[in-house]
Amino acid sequence: MTEQNHPEEQILQDGDPDTTGHSWDGIKEFNNPLPRWWLWTFYACIIWGVVYTVLYPAWPLVSSATSGVLGYSTRGEVAADIATFEEMNAPIRAQIEEVELAAITADENPDLYNYAIQGGGAIFRTWCAQCHGSGAAGAIGYPNLLDDDWLWGGSIDEIHYTISHGIRNEDDFDARYSEMTAFDEILSDEEITSVVQYVRNLSNQEHDATLAAAGEEVFLNNCAACHMDDGTGDRFLGAPNLTDAIWLYGGDEASLEHTVRFARFGVMPPWSAEASEAGRLSEAEVRSVAVYVHSLGGGE
Amino acid sequence: MLDYVKLLILGLVAVLAAIAASYARDMIYMIHMILVMVTAAGLFLWQLRRTDEPVPAAVLEAEYMDGPVRVGVALTAFWGVVGFLVGVFIAFQLAFPELNFEWAQGYLNFGRLRPLHTSAVIFAFGGTGLLASSFYVVQRTSAARLWGGGLAWFVLWGYQFFILLAATAYVLGGSTGREYAEPEWYIDLWLTVVWVAYLLLFVGTLLKRKEPHIYVANWFYLSFIVTVAMLHVVNNLAVPVSIWGSRSVSLMSGVQDAMTQWWYGHNAVGFFLTAGFLGMMYYFIPKQAERPVYSYKLSIIHFWALIFLYIWAGPHHLHYTALPDWASTLGMVFSVVLWMPSWGGMINGLMTLSGAWDKLRTDPILRMMVTSVAFYGMSTFEGPMMSIRAVNSLSHYTDWTIGHVHSGALGWNGMITFGMLYYLVPKLWGKERLYSLRMVSWHYWLATIGIVLYAASMWVTGIMEGLMWREVDAQGFLVNSFADTVAAKFPMYVVRGLGGTMFLGGALIMSYNLWMTVRKGTAKADSTVAAPAE
Repeated sequence: MTEQNHPEEQILQDGDPDTTGHSWDGIKEFNNPLPRWWLWTFYACIIWGVVYTVLYPAWPLVSSATSGVLGYSTRGEVAADIATFEEMNAPIRAQIEEVELAAITADENPDLYNYAIQGGGAIFRTWCAQCHGSGAAGAIGYPNLLDDDWLWGGSIDEIHYTISHGIRNEDDFDARYSEMTAFDEILSDEEITSVVQYVRNLSNQEHDATLAAAGEEVFLNNCAACHMDDGTGDRFLGAPNLTDAIWLYGGDEASLEHTVRFARFGVMPPWSAEASEAGRLSEAEVRSVAVYVHSLGGGE
Repeated sequence: MLDYVKLLILGLVAVLAAIAASYARDMIYMIHMILVMVTAAGLFLWQLRRTDEPVPAAVLEAEYMDGPVRVGVALTAFWGVVGFLVGVFIAFQLAFPELNFEWAQGYLNFGRLRPLHTSAVIFAFGGTGLLASSFYVVQRTSAARLWGGGLAWFVLWGYQFFILLAATAYVLGGSTGREYAEPEWYIDLWLTVVWVAYLLLFVGTLLKRKEPHIYVANWFYLSFIVTVAMLHVVNNLAVPVSIWGSRSVSLMSGVQDAMTQWWYGHNAVGFFLTAGFLGMMYYFIPKQAERPVYSYKLSIIHFWALIFLYIWAGPHHLHYTALPDWASTLGMVFSVVLWMPSWGGMINGLMTLSGAWDKLRTDPILRMMVTSVAFYGMSTFEGPMMSIRAVNSLSHYTDWTIGHVHSGALGWNGMITFGMLYYLVPKLWGKERLYSLRMVSWHYWLATIGIVLYAASMWVTGIMEGLMWREVDAQGFLVNSFADTVAAKFPMYVVRGLGGTMFLGGALIMSYNLWMTVRKGTAKADSTVAAPAE
């Protein structure tokens, strides 16, 4: 296609620079030089690049790579950061492991207490928040740690034991353990319906009075062994108090019926690395979390 | 004779697909083989009816082949709307997780739709736009009809079939888990066939060109085609678990696998979204501005620098991982050196307007193209900056990356493609002008404000969550839980969704405008749609 006859040939203006003389579908190209600032910035980047590869690990060799004049490595950088804090915190951590748990309070050992709260909080947000929530308010099946309703005990030592060994897991021989009976095939449908009404009565919820009265005997014969005659539960067995309005799996009729029929089996992993192979936390860390959880409001 | 070969192949494919469907070990594979069978059988019948019929007229070797361009242009607009729509939906899924409906679990939840969105936008919208525009540009700038008879139709429809297979696989859960390379092995093989045909078509057309030189746009298109072929083949090397099933295992493992994936992933950006679209830019901006390209020298230097440097920049996606430090350093250095070569394209695009800046006031299409180049410049500055290890330690894994990708994809790729569509539709359908320039203005402002909302909200949440993740107290303990950082992002997620909605709204206006141009536009006086290729 020749320049003369193309209908869309670009028309040059006065003062336009030279073109290269080519034309494609009417498009021409100016013969402008490279912009100076562009070229010099490009050169500067290249020079910087060469210098940078001398300073930092960069060029691959046969079986390794140049390690750079500065001796920098990304892993080294992280390790140095961690080491700084480890060193700074080592004395206080040793103290935390020695002092009696009950003595780590704001009054008696403010430094230890402060460290345990901050460190325990960070550990909680990393490892515990997945189930118990980042604010520790729990979720269905995962206890709220802010209230004073404790399944296995709310003293600092009980909390420490629960965190160390966990609940109903197969990794730690010392894990807290108990098993609720599934009454689906033990009790009749009528008995289940009535005991559900009785439990709702215990917790002062709306209920059918006739059924609840019938349910009392069922409760005393089947449930009271663990949940006690008055329904206040037994911490030794992790059997919940049924008289408060706090429910781990729900206090509505459907949830209660499900619990009675099929039971519940909440599991918590062991965290102490000293107690089991599955544990991830050092004793100082377990203790810090225990202090943190104990401080949340419900600690006994 | 060729017709009989085609019949034979189509018949064979239909039978083999039927056999494969009956042996299928999983649902995705079975559905795909049935799709292949039905398509091949349908084409067989269509071919059969044409075989031995008299050829209607003389083959129009003297005319440009614009049929595939017209279909491609329409499909580009269609895929754009689909891709943006899915994007808006998943943006709101992130803000309001209830939109991951219970009844649609396993099909329409975020995890399934996310690759559908990215592939719809990059490969369906962007890819079809590149096919259509390259068919048009290579013919005009070579003054030659597309090579290979009906090959262009095969490439266009073959590519659409690839999109269909990939999209159905994602929704049903068929994915290799490699970002931007999710399709399974047999879909990859099909794309390879289509892509080789594309390469032959493009090179064939260049070889029979009547111009003495190859225009710069075609260098970029060709580098895009060649490099994507290489990237696609290497990154998807895999061993199928069974030839009757959709699953496969990557040939590489561990950090080599990760490096191969990001070598691919970064160059999908470099050669698909940058080089390919620079090809588009180098034709449509000089055309729309009616001004010569600013500097031939700059185009040649920045082309070769870009091509040479881009291919090494992938490791910056793997800073602070199992990747050795030396590879990470090299990735970073090449990325920073890439800054000026990338900007060469921006300078050439913007400076082409010298002597025609006044047109920005009156021509919203040109304004769209120039804005696209401006976004290109911004993203290609932001990218090298984010590749610097110290910056990356803050930005990596945060929404900043998402914002960066979208200022490039919506701003650069989206806007230049819209400009291309506005330029081509009246030409391809022989119309005097577009149906409405006011609508183009509306589209322009909706899209621009939408992108600004999107990018700004992602900068804010990205930097915020990066800072929250790394925040430690005086004793070295982390201050925030991960869930806290997620909760803190909510308002910006809503803003992002709104930005996306505006961008989608603009694309819908464009589709209507293009449709009305085709339907109602006044025909050009000498409506020589298929201009002779002298």
